[in-house]
Amino acid sequence: MDKPPCDERIDMQRIESIVEECKGQKWALIPVVQKIQNEFGYIPPAAIPVVAKGLRLFPSQVQGVISFYAQFYTKPRGRQIIRVCRGTACHVRGAEALLELLEERLQIQEGETTPDMEYTLETVACIGVCALAPNLVLNDQVHGQMDAEKVQQLLKKGEA
Amino acid sequence: MQNKRTVFVCQGTGCLSTGSGAVYEALKAEVAKLGLTDVEVDFTGCHGFCEQGGIVAVEPEGIFYTHVTIDDVPEIVGSHLKGGNPVERLFYRDPATGRAVPRYHEINFYKKQQRVILRNCGRINPEKIDQYISKGGYRALKKALLEMTPEQVIEEVKRSGLRGRGGAGFPTGRKWEFSRNAQADRKYVICNADEGDPGAFMDRSVLEADPHAVIEGLITAGYATGANAGYIYVRAEYPLAVKRIRIALEHARERGFLGRDILGSGFDFEVYIKEGAGAFVCGEETALIASIEGRRGMPRPRPPYPAQSGLQGKPTTINNVKTLASVPPIIEQGADWFSTIGTPKSKGTTVLALSGKILNSGLVEVPMGTPLSTIIFDIGGGIPGGKRLKAVQTGGPSGGCIPAKIPDTPVDYETLTMVGSIMGSGGMVVMDEDTCMVEVARYFLSFTQAESCGKCAPCRLGTRQMLEILARITQGKAQESDLDTLFTIAKTVKECSLCGLGQTCPNPVLSTLRYFKSEYEAHINKKRCPANQCRFLRRKTGKKT
Repeated sequence: MDKPPCDERIDMQRIESIVEECKGQKWALIPVVQKIQNEFGYIPPAAIPVVAKGLRLFPSQVQGVISFYAQFYTKPRGRQIIRVCRGTACHVRGAEALLELLEERLQIQEGETTPDMEYTLETVACIGVCALAPNLVLNDQVHGQMDAEKVQQLLKKGEA
Repeated sequence: MQNKRTVFVCQGTGCLSTGSGAVYEALKAEVAKLGLTDVEVDFTGCHGFCEQGGIVAVEPEGIFYTHVTIDDVPEIVGSHLKGGNPVERLFYRDPATGRAVPRYHEINFYKKQQRVILRNCGRINPEKIDQYISKGGYRALKKALLEMTPEQVIEEVKRSGLRGRGGAGFPTGRKWEFSRNAQADRKYVICNADEGDPGAFMDRSVLEADPHAVIEGLITAGYATGANAGYIYVRAEYPLAVKRIRIALEHARERGFLGRDILGSGFDFEVYIKEGAGAFVCGEETALIASIEGRRGMPRPRPPYPAQSGLQGKPTTINNVKTLASVPPIIEQGADWFSTIGTPKSKGTTVLALSGKILNSGLVEVPMGTPLSTIIFDIGGGIPGGKRLKAVQTGGPSGGCIPAKIPDTPVDYETLTMVGSIMGSGGMVVMDEDTCMVEVARYFLSFTQAESCGKCAPCRLGTRQMLEILARITQGKAQESDLDTLFTIAKTVKECSLCGLGQTCPNPVLSTLRYFKSEYEAHINKKRCPANQCRFLRRKTGKKT
């Protein structure tokens, strides 16, 4: 495997101090990784050996947990995150078309980020706002009963 | 002078998405501006009627406003709160008659429900412990800790007939007893709030609207089983629920309901929150335990059951949010009261998340055994657009589709299993004639296939194979023999998988094959989708989608 690329923009000291708080606590792996992601927007691969050492785990165990859970990302994401809900109610009320519309509008596929790093387009299993289906989440804000026009407005607002 | 009135603005996730946060602020400002000293503006959690959001209720009159936006605020304050004339145009309109219904209790959606688990949802401010206490909160805990032995608590819950509301329906009292009888230096209780089923949102609503009810149930479970630590494992997709639990825990601690020597009983108990990280399978109890311990959330074979060896290898009791929220009323009002609700084998009420092609989407709590048709037509208001009911999907990706031809099916654990579905978490998605049943099965399989943890072969390989066949069918590329293969794989996965995810994921396939085989055959033989939904088989009608 390639060595993790060293990105100088990443504040390794900050990562070390996050790990330090939970030193030696194996159970803390998920909260530690969550905290790193909250601060950096993703989990820089260079953080993995640091986390492993601090919590006395193998790097493979850390990597294994990161790759297992859908919420963890190892690549930088866009400034704005759009997540289209794919729950049953949303599916029945046109989530698929909503996703297609966004893919077309942003010229990216699900899971990708626009080249200018503005938007990342993702799907989420269910956000539990089924009564307002179809839903999307823009930067943790739920927008319900979406249609083509509302999508247009949302994206416009984001550009302004 | 009029009595003091309170304006409750719903601040659940659903209503917040319609801008109810701004409505709340604007109401406060407007009331202050007009100097209305007899009006208090407060907020509640989810009313369970999110489709009508933003919801504003004025108590004690019981006036119920729907679809309130910030522009309506001056009129509500000026005309109603100051002038005494409620704003009729914001009343709920009965979809069947078109008539305006001013009061909460007169709306069919609420009138026909019996709310036990959702008793406080939309009625109290979830961030104020005093409001929970004023509704009788923590009385049950006092009774349990000060007047009852742990064995008596277990006996009461056993007698009530309460069964796990997470889906499997295991008797709660017996679960507690296993853990009570296990010998260990430490024990744990866990509240499973990893509500992953797409189409289910009751746990979110309860946690957002009435977190103390769950905490009170969890402390009681700890006392009964002999545990001194509890965890609430909640989905990361529910940030507001996490925030409200955190506040509630702090308040409970301040009042001495948590911590050392609770209420002078000598019982110590502490609760910790664990946020999930986006894995459906973590709703399975052994996977959930692995996730709390910081490992990949993969299930392991049982036995040993968590009641013998769970968290850290110690006896652990895992209960669903709704199960725990049912405990305080049982302790307070007694098992005899609780067991009068429901059917002989399924006691109490069930909370269903009604959504899909239905007029009144929302949370519905009814006694177990209520016929499906009552839920869909009387409470749910029927199908929009004059369309016909085709099927009802219950239990999420682990459940099945119940056809419209058996609308009187009573909703309880046994009957739903008999007709090929399950109670599951209580998701209930209504489908009309425009919904393709093959596509529904494909949709659920695409979900379970992606969420399969990959540990056991039947689930890992079987979900993939089933999904491929279903995709072929919806694309019109399948042969008749594919149906037999699909059925065989589905049976194998159901029988041989390690955990609940694998054992139940073929249900959507098996139940649609059982009731809607003709739709499968139309896709295969006539290359036609009867509901005209499948993209590759769509008839050209000139209709733009």
